[in-house]
This record gives sequence, C-alpha cells and structure tokens, in this order.
Amino acid sequence: MTTAPQSFPNDHRSPTRGNLSRGRGTGAAVLPLPVRAAAGVPKVELQGISLSYKTEKGTRLLALDNIDLKVQPGEFLCIVGPSGCGKSTLLHLIAGLHHPTSGKVFIDSKQVSEPGTDRILIFQELGLFPWLKVGENVEFGMRMKGLSKAERKERTEHYLRLVHLAQFKDSYTHQLSGGMRQRVALARALATEPDVLLMDEPFAALDAQTRDLLHDELERIWAETGRTIIFVTHNVREAVRLGDRVALITFRPGRVKREFVIDLPRPRHLEDISVAQTAREILDELRGEINRSLEVEYHEGVRPHVDPGAEQ
Amino acid sequence: MKHGVRLIVFYSGLLGLWAILAKLKLWPPYLFPTPWGVGESLYAGFADHSFWIAIGTSMQRVLIGYAISVILGMCLGLGVASNKFLEETLGGLLVSLQSLPSICWWPLALLWFGLSQNAILFVVIMGSLLSVTMAMEDGRKQMPKIYGMAGRNLGARGFPLFWHVLLPASLPYIVSGLKQGWAFAWRSLITAEMLYMSLGLGQILMMGRDLSDMNQVIAVMVLIVAIGYVVDGLVFKGLERHLQRKWGLLPST
Repeated sequence: MTTAPQSFPNDHRSPTRGNLSRGRGTGAAVLPLPVRAAAGVPKVELQGISLSYKTEKGTRLLALDNIDLKVQPGEFLCIVGPSGCGKSTLLHLIAGLHHPTSGKVFIDSKQVSEPGTDRILIFQELGLFPWLKVGENVEFGMRMKGLSKAERKERTEHYLRLVHLAQFKDSYTHQLSGGMRQRVALARALATEPDVLLMDEPFAALDAQTRDLLHDELERIWAETGRTIIFVTHNVREAVRLGDRVALITFRPGRVKREFVIDLPRPRHLEDISVAQTAREILDELRGEINRSLEVEYHEGVRPHVDPGAEQ
Repeated sequence: MKHGVRLIVFYSGLLGLWAILAKLKLWPPYLFPTPWGVGESLYAGFADHSFWIAIGTSMQRVLIGYAISVILGMCLGLGVASNKFLEETLGGLLVSLQSLPSICWWPLALLWFGLSQNAILFVVIMGSLLSVTMAMEDGRKQMPKIYGMAGRNLGARGFPLFWHVLLPASLPYIVSGLKQGWAFAWRSLITAEMLYMSLGLGQILMMGRDLSDMNQVIAVMVLIVAIGYVVDGLVFKGLERHLQRKWGLLPST
C-alpha cells in the first residue's frame, strides 16, 4: 500500500503543454493555499441529507443517512468511500439532478433544489455531446445562459487554452483521447463560470501518466480560478494529493465517518512519502467499509450501487 | 466491386428467366407481360410526361404527409416517453392501433375531407404517424440518460433541453423508426391513390388495370419500388452513415 507508483518525469507530456512544469526539481513556485475563512459563510452546506429508496426486491435501502457537510469558498474537498456508498449520488444531489428524501442543500446560505449553473457537475462518464464539436461542447452552457456570440467565442477560446486544447476546437469528441476528453469536460464546466465544481471520479478511467498530468492541471486551474471543488474518488491517495480536506463516507448507510484536514504543502505528488503516509492513515479507517462493500458484491454477485433515480 | 457483380448477375438472371417464360408463350400476353413490353411502356410513359407528372404528384403528397407525421409523431412520442400516465394509456393504444392497416381510415377520411387531396394526406399521416411516434418513444428511452442530465446540469431546460440535447441525442436511435415511417407513408399513399382518381402513381396503375394494359401495371410497380429503394438507399442510408460517423460509431475517414 505504501510503495510509491513509478514516477514519470516530464517526457510524457504532450507538446501542447508548452513549458508548464510539474514543479518537482524545476523550482516552480508552490501554489498558494486558498484562504480558508473558517468562520465565514460556507459556499456549500449540506444539512441532514438522507436518501432512501425502494430496491427492485421491494426492500427499502437507506443509501445516505443524515449527512452534514460544510465547504468553504475556494476549498478543495475530497470525498472518499467504498464503491456503492452513494458518494456519486451525493454529488448529484448537490447538483440538483435528484432530490434527497430529506435534508437540504445550501449554496451561499440559499437553499437549492434544482440544477443551476452556479454548480457544475463533471460526470464520471463525462456526458460530452458527441453531436457537437469540442468548441461547441464548451460553448453549450454559455449558450443556454444566453450569452452573446462574441463573449461565448472569447470564453470558449480562453477555457480551451486553459486546458491546452485550443487547436482541437473543431474536432469531435470521439476523435480525442480519454485524457483530452476529460479536459474538454473540465473546460465545458469551467466555461459557465460556476462557483462550485463537482467532480465525480473524473480520472478513474485514465492511465497513470495522464492522471498525473491532469492532477497538476486541475490543481493549477483551481489555484488560478479560485473555484470551490468537491471531488469524489475511491482513490484515497488521489484524495490526499488534491484535497484540502478529505471526508470519509461509510457504506450502507452512507454517513460521514471522519474528516481529515490535509495540510501538506503544495504542490504535492502521488509519490510523496507524506502523501502516502496520510493516505495510509485514511485507508486504515476506510478498510472496514471497503470489506463490507466487497462482501455485498460477492454475496449478491453485483457491484453495489446507489440508484438515485429509483422510486423513493 | 464484387457486390456489384453479384447484383448484376442476379438481376440479369431474373430478367432472363422472365424473358424465357414470356417467349415460351405459356400464357397470353395480357396475362403475362413481357420484359420488352414493360420497357416500352416505361419509355412511352416518360416520353409523354405522364409518369413524370404522376411521380411529382405522388412525391409531393408523400412529403407533405410524412413531414406532418414526423412533427406530430415527435411530439406524441416524447410525450409518451416522458409521462408515465401517457405511457400506460396512450402508449398501449398506439401499439394496438399499429395493427390497423392505414387504408381502414379511408372511409372516414372521405366523410371528413371529401374526395380530395386532404383525404389522401390523412391516410398517409395515419399510416406513418404510429411508427414515427413509437420510434421517438423508443429513441427517447434508449438514449443514454447521461445526456439529459448533462444538459440540465449545464442550465438547459424546457424546449432548449429538448431541441439541443434530447433530440440530437436520440437521433441515432430514431432513424430506423423514421425509415419505417417513410415506408408506411409511401405504401399508404399508393393504396389511397388507387382508390381515387388523383393523378398520382396509384391512379396510373389502376388505369393500366382498367385498360387491361398489364405492361403499364408492371411499369408503375417497377417505378414504385424504384422510388422506395432510392429514398431508402440514398436518403436514409446516407443519414444513418452521417450520424454514425459524427457520433464516432464508424471509423471516420
């Protein structure tokens, strides 16, 4: 668990990245930690979020149980938990795509229950529109908001540059690699200029090199844009690599078991010993939950999952 | 290339068999027309413009009728797909209505619209509306849910959500239904035209029958099949291939 994965120096970078460096050994400035106004108004607040629904067998499943969470403006919160604990569902609830059985979601102390462009979710499967070109995908949210053509064009170019995809504006998404598609999704989400970015295991399907690269880019973009990020992952080390704070969700019912403040200096790397040690600590706490999730998987023969769209 | 050769061999074989049977004179020519007789009839029909006029009239009718049923069918299909009550009630009714040949609406159409073009259009619409509706409903259900969620998440709702997300996302799934709807529209049209003096292809076919001109009957049948084939092969195959390429389901060139 503590053996560091092989580290890849700069040679795997695509040429589009220019001279951006990953930091290590190149003397890059440490990224600024966002101001964490501990007593200020939280950007996102969850109050007593519970979700239960009827399974196909007719029994009731309590998926999420009384979840309270506060996320400060500019904070990078990672949520970790075993598969099927409902952590993705939690993001859908914050995004307003589904409604909790009970509990409330607040953005800037205002209750929200419908989707809004103040918080954009990046889906695990991305949900890029295959019938639109890359640029049109990025433009989509702005078009729905009714921005002028000139502004849309300018912002599309800006955000495509930010993710180093400027020259792929006229490509279709299926012509891009997984990592590039991931960046299109990121640009599309950023382009509506939401205060809150919700990311659902965005890098789970990528190879290690691409993931490393995107960690760097996400951290850079986060520092540059000052967005609040809630990032769901099952990869504890990734959570420690990226987050200011890691919240651990239990399995059936999903509860916040513990929160860890990660005050390791940035930029961090997956291979850092301090990252590995912190991840180890969290994993020890998580292990029982993972085992229970696996037991269900073996017992039922299916991957446990929470179906937020099911009949409540 | 090989495909083309096979087609040529097959069709020349078929024509040859027909020619031999006709040459043997097993049946009198008014019962069993000859290939060259049909050829002459086709030539004559195009030469005196009567076929052109008939094709133009029929195409105009089928296009209007089909367009109306596509628009209506989209609304109906979406309604049925997105509303549980409609799905259980109207959805079931639509499925059972599909077993009804569209020409059964003809008597009603005559009463409502009189002996007119509108009666024919009505039958055409009733013929293709159901397949378009069901295609739309299926497409809407088969479409991956992620697109709808992504659209809502990016601030689309109501009509823009339908127009910019749900419709394009379900297109690959509804093309085959649209194609089926076209085939039904075309068949309904010809049937209706055969029942009413109306200038279209169906009427010329019936005229051939009245004059016992089997050459003309077969010539018009050939035309009906050819037009159906061309529209299917050029328009719908092209559309399908275009969508697949754009969606990345085919290797792009």
